Amino acid sequence: MTQTMPTTPSDRPTAEVMLKVSGLNFYYGESHILRDVDLTVPRGEMVCLIGRNGVGKTTLLKNIVGLLKPRQGSIQFDGHPILNLSPDRRARHGIAYVPQGREIIPRLTVKENLLLGLEANPNKPKKRDTAIPDDIFELFPVLETMLTRMGGDLSGGQQQQLAIARALMGQPQLLVLDEPTEGIQPSIILDIEAAVKKIIRTTGVSVLLVEQHLHFVRQADRYYAMQKGGIVASGPTHELSNEVIQQFLAV
Amino acid sequence: MLQALFGLFDGIFNGISIGAVLLIAALGLAIIFGLMGVINLAHGELMMLGAYTTYVVQLAFRPLGEPLFSLYIFVAVVAAFIVAALVGLALERGVIRYLYGRPLETLLATWGVSLILRQFVRSVSGAMAISIAVFCLLFFGALWVLRKRSDWASMQKKAIAILLPLSLAIAGGSGFLLNQVPILARLWFSTRNVDVTAPAWLRGGIPFGISQLPYTRLFIIALTVLCLIGIYWFLNRSVWGLRIRSVTQNRDMSACLGIPTAQVDALTFALGSGLAGVAGCAVSLLGSVGPNLGTNYIVDSFMVVVVGGVGKLVGSIVAALVIGTLNYLIGSGTIAIILGGSGVEFLQPLVGFFTFFATASMAKVMVFVLIIAFLQVRPAGLFPQKGRSVEA
Repeated sequence: MTQTMPTTPSDRPTAEVMLKVSGLNFYYGESHILRDVDLTVPRGEMVCLIGRNGVGKTTLLKNIVGLLKPRQGSIQFDGHPILNLSPDRRARHGIAYVPQGREIIPRLTVKENLLLGLEANPNKPKKRDTAIPDDIFELFPVLETMLTRMGGDLSGGQQQQLAIARALMGQPQLLVLDEPTEGIQPSIILDIEAAVKKIIRTTGVSVLLVEQHLHFVRQADRYYAMQKGGIVASGPTHELSNEVIQQFLAV
Repeated sequence: MLQALFGLFDGIFNGISIGAVLLIAALGLAIIFGLMGVINLAHGELMMLGAYTTYVVQLAFRPLGEPLFSLYIFVAVVAAFIVAALVGLALERGVIRYLYGRPLETLLATWGVSLILRQFVRSVSGAMAISIAVFCLLFFGALWVLRKRSDWASMQKKAIAILLPLSLAIAGGSGFLLNQVPILARLWFSTRNVDVTAPAWLRGGIPFGISQLPYTRLFIIALTVLCLIGIYWFLNRSVWGLRIRSVTQNRDMSACLGIPTAQVDALTFALGSGLAGVAGCAVSLLGSVGPNLGTNYIVDSFMVVVVGGVGKLVGSIVAALVIGTLNYLIGSGTIAIILGGSGVEFLQPLVGFFTFFATASMAKVMVFVLIIAFLQVRPAGLFPQKGRSVEA
C-alpha cells in the first residue's frame, strides 16, 4: 500500500495566516542585515520574495527555518510563536526548507535522502521500505530510476527535484524554497515550476519562494520586494509593474 | 627455517590480536572523531573504565562458583559497554556539547576529564561514591523539579547559583562524615594495578607448531568481528544509523529536515564511548588493569583513525591490523630473528638494525616514522573520500 499526501485545504484547522513575520531585525556581528521586516504568508497561497543579490533574502529564510536567531522581532507559524524552537522542532511543526544549493546529503542514496524527509512527517508510516508515496514519483519521474544512486552524484537539476521531493515527504504546511531554479537548465526550470504549481494545487501547501526567474515569479499570488534588508514594496503579482521588475530582479 | 616461519606466523597472530583491541578502541574513536569531529582525549580513560568494570563483574561472580563464574565475561562485555556509554553520555551532555566547533577547547576539556577519571579510580571509596550520588540526587533532582515551573527561564541562573554550592556542601559534609566509618573509607581499587582472572575455558590454546594460539586472543578477535558487524548493521541498516550518517554529513540541513540533532549527537557519542568500554574489557584479558591503562592506547587509536582515513570504517580496520601487527613484529624482535635465521648474506647488516628497534618503545618510534612517511604520500589516509560527493 502506498501513502498519499492527504493534506487538502478543507481538513486543516483554520488559522488564515500560515506564517507571520513581524518587526524582524537581524545582525551579523554589528552589521545590520534585516531591518524591521514584516511579511505574511496566507494559508494555501504562494508568496514570492524578490530582490537583488545580497539584500538579505536568504538570511530572512534562515531566520524563518531557525538556522539563524534574530535580535528582535517575532515569527508566528500557524498562530504559534516559534522563535524559541530549534530548526528540527520547527520542521516537525510543518516548515519544510529547500535551501539554496539544494543541500542534498551527498553520501546517502537518493532513497535514503527521501526517507530522511519522513523525519518531519506527523503521520510517519511504520514500515520505511514502502514509505515513499507514488505521488512523489508522479511529480519527479526521474527520481524513481535513481533510488540507489548517491545523492552527491546527481546533476544539479536532479538534486533540485530531489530536494523538493524530500521536503514533500514530511507533508509540510509551509514550503520554503530558496532560488529553486538557480543554475539549472531552462527545460528543467519549467519542469520544476510545473511541479511546484501541481503541489500547491493538490496539497494546498503554502509556499514562500525566493526567485529571480520572472516567469516563475509571475506564478505567485503575492510578492514582496526587498532592498538593503527591508521590505520596500509588496502586492499581488498581477500588479507587478515592469518598473518594479527592473528595479528588483537581476535580469 | 621452518621455525622462523612459525615464529613469523606467531608474531602475526599476536599482532592481529593486539590490532583487534586497537580496532575496537579505534572504531569508537572513528565514530566520535571521524563522524562528529570531536577530539576526545578521554577515550583511553573510557577504555580504562571498561577494564575496571570487567574486574568488578568478575569479583561479583566469584562467589557464585565455577559453572556460572566462567560466563562472567559475557556479562562483563555488556556491562563495560553500558558503563562506558553512560559515562560518555554524561561527558557529552555535561561538557562537549557546549564546545562543538571549538576543537582546541574540546581537546583541553577532554584532557582534563581524562585526568579526573584517572584520579577517580585511584581515590574512589564507598564514602566518595555515596557523596557523589547524594550530590547528583540533590542537584539534578532539584533542577528536575524546578524545570517544571513556568518561570524557569527567568530564574534559571539564580537557582543554579544557590543549588550548586548548597548541594556541594551537603554532599561534601556527608562524605567527610562517612569517611569516619572504616568500611566506607576503604579505597575500592587504590593506585595498585588489579588483575582480571580469565574464565577457565579461555585458558590454554590451540597448539600450533612450536607455539600455541591462546584462546583469549581468539576470543578478542571474535569479539572484534562481532563489534564490527554490529556497528556496520547499526550505521547502515537502522533508522538511527541513517540519522547519524545524515547529521555527520550536513548538520544544518539535517536539523531542517526534522532530525533531532542533539539526540543524535548524544547517541553517537555514547556509542563510541561504549565501544571504548568493550575494548577495555578485551584489554583486561591481556594484562593487568591500572588507572593509566588508557594512555597506552589513546595515541595508537588516533594513529589508526588518521592512517585509515577520517570517516571511513574500512580504513580503520586495515590500519588497526597493520599498525598492531607491525608494532608487534618489530617490538618482539621477530623480524630480527627471522632475518638472522634466514642465512641470506646481504640481509645480515639489517639484523643489527632490527635488533636495535626490538623493544616496545623503540618499535613505536619506528611505527611513528613509517606513519609519517606514509602520510607524506597519502595525506588523506588509506581510503580517502572520493568523487563528486567530496566537494558537495
